[in-house]
Amino acid sequence: MPIDQQSIQFFVGILLKIVIVFVIGLLSPVSMNWVERRALAWMQMRLGPNRTGPFGLLQSIADGIKFAFKEDVVPLATNKWLYIFAPVVAVVPAFMATIVYPLGPKDVPIPFASSINSLVHSISGIELNLSTMDLHVTSFNVGLLYVLAVTSLGVYAIVLAGWASNSKFSLLGGLRSSAQMVSYELSLSLALVGVLLQAGTTDLVKIVEMQQGAYFGFIPKWFVFVFQPLGFFIYLISAIAETNRTPFDLPEAETELVGGFHTEYSSSLKFAMLFMAEYVNMLTVSVLATAMFLGGWSGPFVSQFPLLAPVYFLVKVAFFMFLYIWLRGTLPRLRYDQLMNFGWKFLLPAALLNIFISATIGLFAF
Amino acid sequence: MIELPIQQLIFLFLAALAVFAAFNVILQRNPIYSALSLIITMCALAGTFLLLEAQFVAAMQVIVYAGAVMVLFVFVIMLLNVRTEEARQDRVKYLKLVTPLLFVALLAEVFFVARSVTTTPAPLVTPAGEHPFGTVEAIGEAMFSSYLFPFEATSVLILMAMVGALVLARKRTAQEAETLGKIIEDANQPSLAPASPVSELEENKHELAA
Repeated sequence: MPIDQQSIQFFVGILLKIVIVFVIGLLSPVSMNWVERRALAWMQMRLGPNRTGPFGLLQSIADGIKFAFKEDVVPLATNKWLYIFAPVVAVVPAFMATIVYPLGPKDVPIPFASSINSLVHSISGIELNLSTMDLHVTSFNVGLLYVLAVTSLGVYAIVLAGWASNSKFSLLGGLRSSAQMVSYELSLSLALVGVLLQAGTTDLVKIVEMQQGAYFGFIPKWFVFVFQPLGFFIYLISAIAETNRTPFDLPEAETELVGGFHTEYSSSLKFAMLFMAEYVNMLTVSVLATAMFLGGWSGPFVSQFPLLAPVYFLVKVAFFMFLYIWLRGTLPRLRYDQLMNFGWKFLLPAALLNIFISATIGLFAF
Repeated sequence: MIELPIQQLIFLFLAALAVFAAFNVILQRNPIYSALSLIITMCALAGTFLLLEAQFVAAMQVIVYAGAVMVLFVFVIMLLNVRTEEARQDRVKYLKLVTPLLFVALLAEVFFVARSVTTTPAPLVTPAGEHPFGTVEAIGEAMFSSYLFPFEATSVLILMAMVGALVLARKRTAQEAETLGKIIEDANQPSLAPASPVSELEENKHELAA
């Protein structure tokens, strides 16, 4: 491949954007951990961590440092290689999904592009021609399927962690999670099929582009309002189950299983990786919910000021992340048979019904 | 230095990984390791599909095989807590005779396929439709127009398998359970003629239940 100015600029741009979404992924556990502990505490009439830094903001960073410096204990009877390997399996697919986050539209004019160009030219003599950029790392034909594919690999982390720990609590947690995640993945994917029928593409950026604008000037053209409300709620419930959060947190149910699949992971960096993967997965399903149902980056004045797009997008994602905490503060945990019955006998038929409705409407409308 | 295009390097890596992992599937004694190696093979194959610009097939390979089928494999292995493979002596003796024959057959097959491969790459086959090769739209169009009948036939086949599983696993009424018990009892009596396929099936189920 001939290496020219254009392709170097392209690769550097892509690399920069990958670093940005990676940092967003890295920051999500750090910030969410603080928000979760404080918000939960307030919901339960407590104060939460408030001593480290202003409002306890540095608590997560302190925890991170503690994770890094604690002694890394590998219990004797574990399967050592898989025990070490499991957190890696958790983190890698979780971060792989971040590259399709549709933060904003295509061809956004870069602010101060001409002054950056002249500055770089005067320093290093390189002729840059920056003018516009896409506010997403990449947009490709099978974007949604890619997210579903890499996130579906995340279940192995929990299963392997549970099995390799060689502990009854961990094994039960791993077993529960594999059954739960496979069951709810079905209704999760089927809930998205309704949107795909309506949009006619699996490219996340194109799906978001379709939801710009409003009907009658005030109802946004989001898929949650137009024809997919049922799909949205099915997706939301399955997403919570898919990420093992309350009220579906059976794999790590404290009252029965101590810590579930991560019981044997003492607070070392390995535990931190499992923890991080959980939060990045939450972020990914929230991003999907935003892009598929809530119009992604759409909002007032986005067409005039495209740089508002990522702000709207992140606000919507933050709403979903808060919803997780809200539910955790509100609902008790389900029993395991209730969980399975609900998934297979209610959510799955409801998702199929949603596909049927969408297809029927689709015959006449789109 | 020999100049290798990056795509060929990636292909060589993925192919080597797939073959290595596939060997590992059969060489490992511990079923969990075999299952994990199979997952690696699936993922490597998905990567080679990507190199062939078959994006949809690659995504499906990971979603269906690595993400769903293999999870169930691992689930069952963990549920039954099979630690290491228990070799059955009688089977091993019988396999020793068959394996070399099968291996030679496989080698011959590979040889014939390899001989038919030409060194010049064939041009990518672009379908008649407006969508580029390998996209979801192109595959959807092909599946619901030129290949509609095989597609529908496969769906019916899968539906039949599902109904079969439901029939085998459903809860039985008291009367059905009684007749079932009688059949199993009959099958277990040594004086009877060779067991019919049906009763053999029931016997297997009895074993599983026990």
